Amino acid sequence: MPTNNKLFEPALIKESLAQSFVKLDPRIMFRNPVMFTVEIGTLIMLGVTIYTAVSNDNSEGTFGYNLAIFIVLLLTLLFANFAEAIAEARGKAQAESLRKTREDTPAKKVFGSGNQQEIKTVPSSQLRKGDVFVCEAGDLIPMDGEIIEGLATIDESAITGESAPVIRESGGDKSSVTGGTKVLSDKIKVEVTTEPGESFLDKMIALVEGASRQKTPNEIALTILLASFTLVFIIVCVTLKPFADYANTPITIAAFVSLFVCLIPTTIGGLLSAIGIAGMDRALRANVITKSGKAVETAGDLDTLLLDKTGTITIGNRKATNFWPVADVNNDDFVNACILSSLADETPEGKSIIELAAAQGIKAAQTQRDNVRFIKFSAETRSSGIDFGDTRIRKGAFDSIRNMVVKANNPFPKEMEERVKTVSSNGGTPLVVSRNEKVLGVIELQDIIKPGIRERFERLRKMGVKTVMVTGDNPLTAKFIAEKAGVDDFIAEAKPEDKMLYIRKEQEGGKLVAMMGDGTNDAPALAQADVGVAMNSGTQAAKEAGNMVDLDNDPTKLIEIVEIGKQLLMTRGTLTTFSIANDVAKYFAIVPALFITSIPALQGLNIMRLESPESAILSAIIFNALIIPALIPLALKGVAYKPIGASALLRRNLLIYGLGGVIIPFIGIKLIDMLISLFM
Amino acid sequence: MNTEISGVLLSFALTLLIAFPLGKYIANVFKGEKTFTDFMNPVEKFIYRFSGIDPKKEMNWKQHMAALLSINLVWLVYAFFLLLFQADLPLNPDGNPNMTPDLSFNTAISFLVNCNLQHYSGESGLTYLTQLLVITFLQFVSAATGVAAVAVLFRAFAEKTTEKLGNFFVFFTKTITRILLPLSIVIAFVLAFNGTPASFDGKDSIVTLQGDSVQVSRGPAAGMIAIKHLGTNGGGWFGANSAHPLENPNYVTNMVEIIAQVILPMALIFAFGFFIKRKKLGYVIFGVMTAGMLSFMIPNMISELSPNPALQKLGLADAVAMEGKETRIGVAASAYWQVMTTVISTGSVNSMHDSSMPMSGAMQMLGMMTNCFYGGKGVGLLNYFVFLIIAVFISGLMVGRTPEFLGRKVEAREMKIASIIALLHPFLILVGTALSAWVSVRHPEADWAVKPSAWLNNPGSHGFSEMLYEYTSSSANNGSGFEGLGDNNIFWNVTTGLVMILGRFLPIIGPIAIAGLLARKKYIPETAGTLQPDTATFGIMTYAVIMILAALAFFPALTLGPIAEYFQIY
Repeated sequence: MPTNNKLFEPALIKESLAQSFVKLDPRIMFRNPVMFTVEIGTLIMLGVTIYTAVSNDNSEGTFGYNLAIFIVLLLTLLFANFAEAIAEARGKAQAESLRKTREDTPAKKVFGSGNQQEIKTVPSSQLRKGDVFVCEAGDLIPMDGEIIEGLATIDESAITGESAPVIRESGGDKSSVTGGTKVLSDKIKVEVTTEPGESFLDKMIALVEGASRQKTPNEIALTILLASFTLVFIIVCVTLKPFADYANTPITIAAFVSLFVCLIPTTIGGLLSAIGIAGMDRALRANVITKSGKAVETAGDLDTLLLDKTGTITIGNRKATNFWPVADVNNDDFVNACILSSLADETPEGKSIIELAAAQGIKAAQTQRDNVRFIKFSAETRSSGIDFGDTRIRKGAFDSIRNMVVKANNPFPKEMEERVKTVSSNGGTPLVVSRNEKVLGVIELQDIIKPGIRERFERLRKMGVKTVMVTGDNPLTAKFIAEKAGVDDFIAEAKPEDKMLYIRKEQEGGKLVAMMGDGTNDAPALAQADVGVAMNSGTQAAKEAGNMVDLDNDPTKLIEIVEIGKQLLMTRGTLTTFSIANDVAKYFAIVPALFITSIPALQGLNIMRLESPESAILSAIIFNALIIPALIPLALKGVAYKPIGASALLRRNLLIYGLGGVIIPFIGIKLIDMLISLFM
Repeated sequence: MNTEISGVLLSFALTLLIAFPLGKYIANVFKGEKTFTDFMNPVEKFIYRFSGIDPKKEMNWKQHMAALLSINLVWLVYAFFLLLFQADLPLNPDGNPNMTPDLSFNTAISFLVNCNLQHYSGESGLTYLTQLLVITFLQFVSAATGVAAVAVLFRAFAEKTTEKLGNFFVFFTKTITRILLPLSIVIAFVLAFNGTPASFDGKDSIVTLQGDSVQVSRGPAAGMIAIKHLGTNGGGWFGANSAHPLENPNYVTNMVEIIAQVILPMALIFAFGFFIKRKKLGYVIFGVMTAGMLSFMIPNMISELSPNPALQKLGLADAVAMEGKETRIGVAASAYWQVMTTVISTGSVNSMHDSSMPMSGAMQMLGMMTNCFYGGKGVGLLNYFVFLIIAVFISGLMVGRTPEFLGRKVEAREMKIASIIALLHPFLILVGTALSAWVSVRHPEADWAVKPSAWLNNPGSHGFSEMLYEYTSSSANNGSGFEGLGDNNIFWNVTTGLVMILGRFLPIIGPIAIAGLLARKKYIPETAGTLQPDTATFGIMTYAVIMILAALAFFPALTLGPIAEYFQIY
């Protein structure tokens, strides 16, 4: 996917500029109380400007001065609108580029059923939920759906950026296909699972656009705080009028409006919605589709992550690393039995046994056998194997083979029990091999832990997130891998309902839990989790149940999602702090300017030594306006998250945005004043 | 000079020395654990049985507030009528008159809400009966109301997820029997033995050295003056308050009184830490409050101890401003008192704040504008809690977690309440001051007992400070005054009465509501990503929130008052 990391794409800027004016509509502005009050102030200044233009009354200041104030206020509004518009545009562009691929793709729709089937090519926009279409090698898949017949290799690079093709087949957990991806081989029949306009991408686009975007609970709480700050300053400004009357100081409307606009938290007020949209956009850039803004926010709060061992913590599958025959069994004889038992075993583990045997130079004896019958692995027997003649070779988990052996009244060799334990405690998986219910030996399988995963877990731990490994392994093996990979807890011999139970238990303790899953049997747990990330390759049920979909099918994505959530909240917090800290300097600019004519002694308060009352007021509101576009990049990119512990993080942000927020406007206002005084 | 400063340091050290164990004791009292005052058990049991209180009945926050408000309403009506008809009631040896309805309204509210703003003078405005049964009575119960309210806060954070927050009447009764009464008795004895009157006789007559015959008011004052300070009430027996030689005879009584008023606000902070088993949180809150107090104390002290430029110009050798100060107490002890009495909500005075230097006036007003650097007993901590919730919210965001305090999520509803309460104080002060400024400019000749044109003893900035101070003191439930103001008339009596009552009960209901709402939320265990409220960093954050909020709301008003005056003098 073309991920564009440039913040300001020229095409987007043009669109956003237009939107900045459209958003001046008071009905839209009303959603943002802080900026709405600025709009009212701007309208008042428009009136004053017109009045000074047509009358000769100069008690409200000159026409030029009032016009300048009006223009700066209007710019403040436009800058804030622009911030929101550019965030929307970027999010939309990102989502559109995903959607575009699937629109107007010809679809080979299947009409009729049974023998009367007929295939016609229709535009993909005409496909409805429940329709069936066919895709062959070279076709683009027109819509999201589930394979109901066949198997195909599919190039999903358009969505995931991953060039290696993946296999999708009907039934099971890998039956889902995404619109816009390309079939490379074979032929599949797909049933459409969503109505047009209701796919995740469509929902995401709607979220990014203003219409259906709902404020998240945290955004609401922050808006309340900002509104109350605005109210404080309304009180301050209104009561200033009788105060000034008492002090015999006339204050112009321009000064009142400027003071008010400077003091209310316009910086955060103007950037608030942009920050929220940018959060979703960042998730999308990480190839995660979120179903709500709230999900991203919740991600920042996660306490517990449930991660599947296979694919997340360890690379793919286990590999055979050792053969351990019983003392009185010949090594070659044992290995031979191992090979035989694995001949029909298509699993990577089975194949790795044959590979290991080959590496040791032992090949299966090429003898003809009668009555060959392969025994497939089943969940009940937990073993597989081969029967020929009167020989029965079985390979399986320790306890299942032991049961079988003991039932036949044969002893289970003590040394093998020891061996099984040693292998398990080293993180390996022992497979016991038996012939005619007699133990031959143990095959050791080992997990390979992904490089760098330990560091990522360490990072999570510093963020306060607990990681839990979910695995079908026995507790001993699980414990070894858990320690080696650095996870905090594990669920061994996990059944799907175990995940559910674990999530419930954590939630009862007040924790927020995230999990990732793909199978239909993961769906209940995905729904139960506070953040459920479904893999795009997963079943439709899984995708419906979760509140995020990961297009990359990358299980480590959860870690990124947590950081995106935290960044979102941090950006809000730091910009609020910055915005309020700014007020200190603005007060020192404006308040002396208001009263200096009637109480000259207040010159002592003009610590920035600003040129004149007019230039002081103008510089303050110009600074106030300019700081918004200056901070747009930060709002869009988010404040960097560093897992250094909450207190250290607070100290850091307080220094940068709190103290910085106090100092920067002093410098900024002084510089603007110096510039203005050149022209005044 | 150095002796004076060491006296101040000693006062503070002694306060801390008493407050810390007192805090531990208060926590034990509210926990219901064994204390050495258990001999009061039968008395309390009798009170419960007599009043029909079931001490085992636990209340939720709403029931607490219903109990608090209804009992306060009863006291208000009672006090109002007693003051209205005091002249004809017994124990009126000096023949003092009834109060006017507006003054009675103001006074009843003033003492009910622990403010003790006095628009009358005790010598001529009250009888011994109303001094005892209205004033002293309300000084006890209003203090106990504040402490009982903060005990609800203690309970809300002591347990995980609960609706049950103890019984209001039990907290209230125990505050009186276990804390206020025993301590008041000790203080009253010290005062009485140092010369504070404790008699029911009427005015005494003495002949001065000049040969003039002077009438000296007295009365059963020692007990009242004890609870006046211990309960951070502040209303004096005599008009001149603790600057009066009978109310505060010498340096020892001065120390006793200034220590008495600070120990409970301070002890309650430690008690909070002990009660919820987070001692460190108590220490951090104490640290922030002390830092806040010092931020006002140091400038105040410096400006009082430095020469007054106006006097320097006259060529005086000792140009320290002594107007309004008592020589037996001295400048440093007066400055210490000025700040302490305003940061906590006592409002008793041992020097005239109207005469202090401009910078000192600003510090005193800031002490009341923040109103939570220690603050009134109970209510100071409640006010602080509101700012703490705002600080929790902003800093929670800054560390990338939706905000939580002690394992409870702070959400929109709590923020709404916290915002309203944080807004209320500036609203009452600024709107009140604006109203009075407007009346004095636009209607200077209104036909009131004191015409608006005659309200202010001083023109210009200082006059403005007098009005600003009056509303700040009312809203902060402080009760001290810039006594240059002609305030016994219907305008000031009614407006400050309303400001006082709003400024008392809403800031109690708000934080208790937040605590009650938080208490019943699901408890979230701490992780490494959780923001700890008991760290220095978070303390600095809270300090910054309090200071910046106060500065933002009051900077323009302060500029027109004391700041303008400061730049005019220097």
